[in-house]
Amino acid sequence: MNKKTKMVEVPSHAIIPERDLDKSPILEISHLGIDFGGLTAVDDFSITVGRTEICGLIGPNGAGKTTVFNLLTNVYTPTRGAIILDGKSTAGKSTAQVNRMGIARTFQNIRLFSNMSVIDNVKVGMHNSIKEGFVSSIFHGMGYFKAEKAAAERALELLDFFGMTDVANDEAGSLPYGAQRRLEIVRALATNPGIILLDEPAAGMNPSETAELMENIRRIRDTFQIAVMLIEHDMNLVMGVCEGICVLNYGKIIAKGTPEEIKANPTVIEAYLGKRKEA
Amino acid sequence: MSNKKNTAMTFGSHVKELAKSDFITYGVVIAAFIIVSIFSSSGLLGRKAAGLLVPVCCYIVMALSLNLTVGIMGELSLGHAGFMSVGAFSGVIASMLLGEVIDNNVIRLAVAILVGAFFAAIVGFLIGIPVLRLRGDYLAIVTLAFGEIIKDLINCLVVGIDKNGLHIIFNFKGDKSAADLNLAEGGKAIIKGAQGATGTDKIATFAAGFVLILIALFIIQSLVRSRVGRAIIACRDNRIAAESVGIDVMKYKMFAFVLSAAIAGSAGALYGANYSNLVATKFDFNTSILILVFVVLGGLGNMLGSVIAATVLYILPEALREFANYRMLIYAIVLILVMILTNNPRLVALREKLFSKVSSVFKKGKKKSESEGGK
Ligand SMILES: Nc1ncnc2c1ncn2[C@@H]1O[C@H](COP(=O)(O)OP(=O)(O)OP(=O)(O)O)[C@@H](O)[C@H]1O
Ligand SMILES: [Mg+2]
Repeated sequence: MNKKTKMVEVPSHAIIPERDLDKSPILEISHLGIDFGGLTAVDDFSITVGRTEICGLIGPNGAGKTTVFNLLTNVYTPTRGAIILDGKSTAGKSTAQVNRMGIARTFQNIRLFSNMSVIDNVKVGMHNSIKEGFVSSIFHGMGYFKAEKAAAERALELLDFFGMTDVANDEAGSLPYGAQRRLEIVRALATNPGIILLDEPAAGMNPSETAELMENIRRIRDTFQIAVMLIEHDMNLVMGVCEGICVLNYGKIIAKGTPEEIKANPTVIEAYLGKRKEA
Repeated sequence: MSNKKNTAMTFGSHVKELAKSDFITYGVVIAAFIIVSIFSSSGLLGRKAAGLLVPVCCYIVMALSLNLTVGIMGELSLGHAGFMSVGAFSGVIASMLLGEVIDNNVIRLAVAILVGAFFAAIVGFLIGIPVLRLRGDYLAIVTLAFGEIIKDLINCLVVGIDKNGLHIIFNFKGDKSAADLNLAEGGKAIIKGAQGATGTDKIATFAAGFVLILIALFIIQSLVRSRVGRAIIACRDNRIAAESVGIDVMKYKMFAFVLSAAIAGSAGALYGANYSNLVATKFDFNTSILILVFVVLGGLGNMLGSVIAATVLYILPEALREFANYRMLIYAIVLILVMILTNNPRLVALREKLFSKVSSVFKKGKKKSESEGGK
């Protein structure tokens, strides 16, 4: 089922899937770091993500995983380091601009537009691809109806991908937890990203939902031909779906490698799994 | 294949559903206009009641405009009367300037309203630059300050016209008056500082107020159903998520704020055109709060609610004048009752149950055809 991906080293001493070798990487992060006052939350974070790679970011609670996502999307301005997205630096760009450059994300604590309908949440995600200006937003001409119809069709197509068309007109906030997490992914995909960042997508899901999510993550990569980077505490999901894994502890990378390498790495076991035993 | 059909159907029914709630609002406004017009043309409306018609329209438009800022954009503005003031005074100047050029009062009023909207939009933009960077309570307090600043500035304004055109001076130190305008012979002072605008033409009509309400409703209800409107609501619901999907929050908040200011300016221009004199202190903090009360009691984001709340709550204190001293007491009790009625979850549930019962009678036919075509 989960075919082993052969990972190869690239000049920056990172590994990416062999199939992505002839394409430029989607994301090259070098020496990224941020300090909050005296606390160094992330330091010397360097990884490279291939065009269609599924990579995992793991580590104990408070390791700095979510902070990395916030740095990648410029929610926080990095204190150090560089982020090259699709060959272009994201330094000085706003969160919205970074999204338009190709990064979409979900949030650890779900952030939906909960008073809007499910389909409208997706349409908001499609904001930058709907051709409708300020004037036609008030004076609805032919252009408006054409754009709205196309948007509704595309939104339903995306919802259909996750089997959510029957709840399209429900209020987003009224959906069950798992469905809300899925809707966040659909909304992120609606922005046509080159890479999607998932922050604990399986949190609060039961085993069958998690299994389905695993399948969906692969489907996202295969259908949209994009990279996926995910933070997750569920080791079955991480080891089952990720091709490259990066382990973070106290803001620093302590290991990088394939799932097999990570599983066998003594530092990881001590820092990550060892902690579990204590608790 | 089945997917495509499903898509088209959902889009169609979606649009129909949306259009229905919009048309109910238009319908109520149009019906009210027709009824009131019949009353007034058959002389059933007293002089006093007839005099309330235009101001009621102005306050309805103000409530709609503020509902765009508070209900849809989700920012509390406590200085909305400031925009009304800018619209009123710029509208008055425009209408007096045009007095000799345009004979037709309808066109003159329309131009005055457009001018009022335009200047209020400019002021809205300038205020929006600092204000929209703030959040929550801070934003509210700063809008309050700007509302007062506008009032004070207009209170110092001295404006006159003569054959050389427009003369404007600011009476900041209290030592200047209309005489300092040095108007040429035949010139006329329109705005005289704290005395306000005097001797201006009363060209506002109830019909104009009705049309303005419809236009404001049309603009806001269309906006909400569009890409831009969805972006504005998204910024309100979750700013961080909106940014994460590539929406420039500031841009859309600014658009909503400027549009809201422009609508308030048009209401102000109509208001100004309804009186032969007008002072800046009319548009103070109390007026801003009064409009906010209409919006909150009518329901945030609920346009029909704003229309009804503005109408009832504006007319009520006037109608209660006979009760003299008990007037404000009764008014306060009504406010509290409305608040309970609109905010008590059980009563809201009851109201919604009643509504759905009524609408299910209308829906019955439609539902049948849907369930047949659905599966
Ligand atoms: N805005 C901030 N200001 C100050 N400290 C912060 C801020 N954001 C995060 N931190 C700190 O940075 C560290 C990393 O937090 P982060 O949320 O990235 O952890 P995490 O790896 O995502 O943990 P979890 O698995 O619990 O989600 C924590 O010590 C946290 O307190
Ligand atoms: Mg986290």
